[in-house]
Amino acid sequence: MHRDPSSRSGDGAAFGRARRGVMIGNSGWDIAVVGGGLAGSSIAWGLARSGLRPILLDGEDLDRRASRANFALVWVQGKGLGAPHYALWTKASAERWPQFADALEAETGINLALRQPGAFTFALSQAELDGLRSEMETINRETEGKAPPYEVLDHDETRRRLPSIGPDVAGSIYCPADGDVNALRLFLSLHSALKAKRVEYRANHPVERIEPRKGGFRLSGRWGEIVVPRVVLAAGLGNEKLAPMVGLSAPLKRSKGQVLVTERCAPFFAYPSATIRQTDEGGVMIGESEETKSSVATNQEVTAVLADRAIRVFPGLADLNVVRSWTGFRVKSLDGLPIYDQSERHPGAFLVLSHSGVTLAANHALVIAPQIAEGHLSPEIKPFRSERFHVPASA
Amino acid sequence: MSARIIGVTDGMDELYDVVIVGAGPAGLAAAIEAARAGARVLTIDENPAPGGQIYRSITRNTPETLPFLGDDYWIGRSLANAFLESGIDYAPQATVWSLEPAGDEVGRYARIGVSLAGSARIIHARSVILATGAMERPMPVPGWTLPGVMTAGAAQIALKSAGIVPSGKVVLVGCGPLVFLLASQLLEAGAEILALLDTTDRHRYASALGFLPEFLLSPYLAKGLSLLGKIRRSVNVVSGVTEIRILGSRQAEAVAFRFRGGMGTFSADCVLLHQGVVPNINLASSAGCAIEWNERQRAFQPVSDGDGRTSRKGILIAGDGGGIGGAQHAEISGRIAALAAMRDLRMPAGDAAYLRDLRKQRRRFLRGRAFLDTLFMPSDEFRIPSDGRTIVCRCEEVTAGTLRNAIGLGVPGPNQLKTFVRCGMGPCQGRMCALTVSEMMARERGVSPAEIGTYRFRPPVKPVRLSELATLPASRDAVSAVVGPYMEDD
Amino acid sequence: MFRRLREPSDKVTILFDGHPLSVASGETLAAALLASGVSFFRSSVVGKKPRAPYCMMGVCHECLVTIDGMRNRQSCLVEVREGMVVESQHGLVTIDARDGQ
Repeated sequence: MHRDPSSRSGDGAAFGRARRGVMIGNSGWDIAVVGGGLAGSSIAWGLARSGLRPILLDGEDLDRRASRANFALVWVQGKGLGAPHYALWTKASAERWPQFADALEAETGINLALRQPGAFTFALSQAELDGLRSEMETINRETEGKAPPYEVLDHDETRRRLPSIGPDVAGSIYCPADGDVNALRLFLSLHSALKAKRVEYRANHPVERIEPRKGGFRLSGRWGEIVVPRVVLAAGLGNEKLAPMVGLSAPLKRSKGQVLVTERCAPFFAYPSATIRQTDEGGVMIGESEETKSSVATNQEVTAVLADRAIRVFPGLADLNVVRSWTGFRVKSLDGLPIYDQSERHPGAFLVLSHSGVTLAANHALVIAPQIAEGHLSPEIKPFRSERFHVPASA
Repeated sequence: MSARIIGVTDGMDELYDVVIVGAGPAGLAAAIEAARAGARVLTIDENPAPGGQIYRSITRNTPETLPFLGDDYWIGRSLANAFLESGIDYAPQATVWSLEPAGDEVGRYARIGVSLAGSARIIHARSVILATGAMERPMPVPGWTLPGVMTAGAAQIALKSAGIVPSGKVVLVGCGPLVFLLASQLLEAGAEILALLDTTDRHRYASALGFLPEFLLSPYLAKGLSLLGKIRRSVNVVSGVTEIRILGSRQAEAVAFRFRGGMGTFSADCVLLHQGVVPNINLASSAGCAIEWNERQRAFQPVSDGDGRTSRKGILIAGDGGGIGGAQHAEISGRIAALAAMRDLRMPAGDAAYLRDLRKQRRRFLRGRAFLDTLFMPSDEFRIPSDGRTIVCRCEEVTAGTLRNAIGLGVPGPNQLKTFVRCGMGPCQGRMCALTVSEMMARERGVSPAEIGTYRFRPPVKPVRLSELATLPASRDAVSAVVGPYMEDD
Repeated sequence: MFRRLREPSDKVTILFDGHPLSVASGETLAAALLASGVSFFRSSVVGKKPRAPYCMMGVCHECLVTIDGMRNRQSCLVEVREGMVVESQHGLVTIDARDGQ
């Protein structure tokens, strides 16, 4: 019986780790990507397409992986309040998504079930509807009308489009640019594509230390070490600890979310929504919650609220069985916007961090990765650098 | 004083000293012991009557109605009767779907999510004893999902709980004492057993020999030998079976097999599979109890100390759920766990001599297990199907071939694998596939399943209706976590 | 598929896919259906294959049937009751997509 004495309490499982002290060395990789989630694998895929030879180092099976705990939305509505550059960045990614999906499907044969029919955000009170409307108006103003169009619908209009809506729905916001994808198959597809491109992928190789050296970076952990000329940090929650090692910073805020999943049912809702969506397999996902440091709600209490609200939106869901639930920790920066950065002290080090790993996967793969391959991020990315937090870089 | 039977969630108290999950031998004994110590006890069990699986329907059967069940079954009667006569609350046909140990976020007491008669409720306990028992080790062979294929345990349950036996041609497949026991019971009940295909791995004989002396001193020996002789005289036993394939278009029609002498087929209407039992860990794991790999039994089980305490304060495990030990071991471990829970709650806990005696009995019942565990460990082929078309995850119909391809992507573990191919995402929540998946990954990687780990289980550990969850209490913090800034003032 | 060893003293009548079945009071629905010669309880969700009970103890979730309108009940954990209406399950449950009011 092997047990890792440093197992985190509450995780319920503790298992042995990879062998220690094995020197992998440098086998000619151009760049290491730290983190094999959606961000890391999208970037690695983009780098490979740009002609580089990346090595992708991934953490462990029971790590808190945001890429397994997302709502699979390709979402633009409501994004970028107070940050018009982000609203437009998101819109651009949604517009690139079909091209991204086509490329992946052509390479792997895996159907990602991307659909972009537009989506709803339901309001269960007039206060909610007013609040949502006000946000959309502000974003529209801040982007000088360039943000995607939207409609504010009252109860009757919402019901006309979605007859199965319950009486409690005060109204909704509909945005035609929104959509969703099978995010688990996206994840599988990225890894399958990486394998087909012979990109080196090592799971159970969590990077614990990065040391800049002449000509590159030494990445090490209990599994050994490698030396590479360049490195991209795409380690989600792990970025916070790693970023200062290369003169970057990734300040995060705690954002815990919870999702319920029901058993499969026949298709009943042809659109995604912010809190309820039906996967292409038929299960209904119900979210969304955000608990920050100040919340002491327990899982079962949040579950109760999620369930209650879902039934108020679609009363027909009442008798469906919930077959699983999960919590996830969003990779959220202090202002909730992505961080794309390049170290000034060590220009070969890059940072990619966002909590919208699905929506932004297209941009990560098709825009950020080629820029990293070129060696520098473009000026349009500048507002996403972490200097906006005025946190002095260390090391 | 007798047990108060609870039929609706409103009938339960808000807080108990001890909540016991499961009314098999371990749970029954734990309840009796805790009640005797003066604790307020609630037993929650999914079945309609006490007894778990081994003593299924014991309060409803008599030796006259089911004459071929041996003493091993009937000794459960006094236990079940004592349970029903003790001053406990007992909720049959109730399901525990979540368990949160006491802690900073949850509060002073453990929280248990229970569903009964269509409605859910959260209740609290100072201490929780999980007596959730074991389940059959999955036996993924080609065709095992066909109607007409069941476990040996299922046939026993059908016999004990309803007095029914398979009506057509029966073929038993597998290894371990239960296969022979069932064959004997079915024979006496008049079932038509065409064959018993013994899949005991011949390579195990040598390693089991080391444990033989201990086995010879155990309670299992005498029973085992006499049973074996009787079966071999009345049933066509084929030994050394190394491969199985169940054939049929819409239900089981035949079993094809490979054995030392070549290949064979038996037609069959009912195929009963068995290769031992393993702990059912979903509830313990979802509560955050640390899980470890038991190499000798080749199964995952919750980590526990000598008295059943898990890694989570206030949660104990007793019986086969903590490691396979058999029914009599389960009863003793239930008593020991109850006494440990009492001590931890600073309630009267029996005298030291009693506890010493219990521990001595437990050692006695564990004697001989090493021999059985080793001899009847299924071969690689029956734990890890080589035919890529064999379904491993029954709910999502994920085959061995799909799993191996995904493992070949280099995934870090079973949870990532689950993400990629959906194994473990169906209603059974991984109970039928978890072991196979971990073993398969371990084999592909050349490491022990201890290093691979298993699925992370989360509540609900059994499906619960959305409407039941919606009626559970929620704090304002919880509402705010979901609604965000636009909460209306109520 | 299964036969009774004795005639039950107490019986109840249930409906299975519209057919009345006389079963023994106190037994589980799964046992009652098996004893009445029912071979298929449902079609599998992914591949639409015929399925029937495997474990009889609430673990495998193969014995799922609709009981009195409630879908996906584990019949091995439910006792029969006079007048119980049971339906085998084929295909996915349909959310009432009509008027949600």
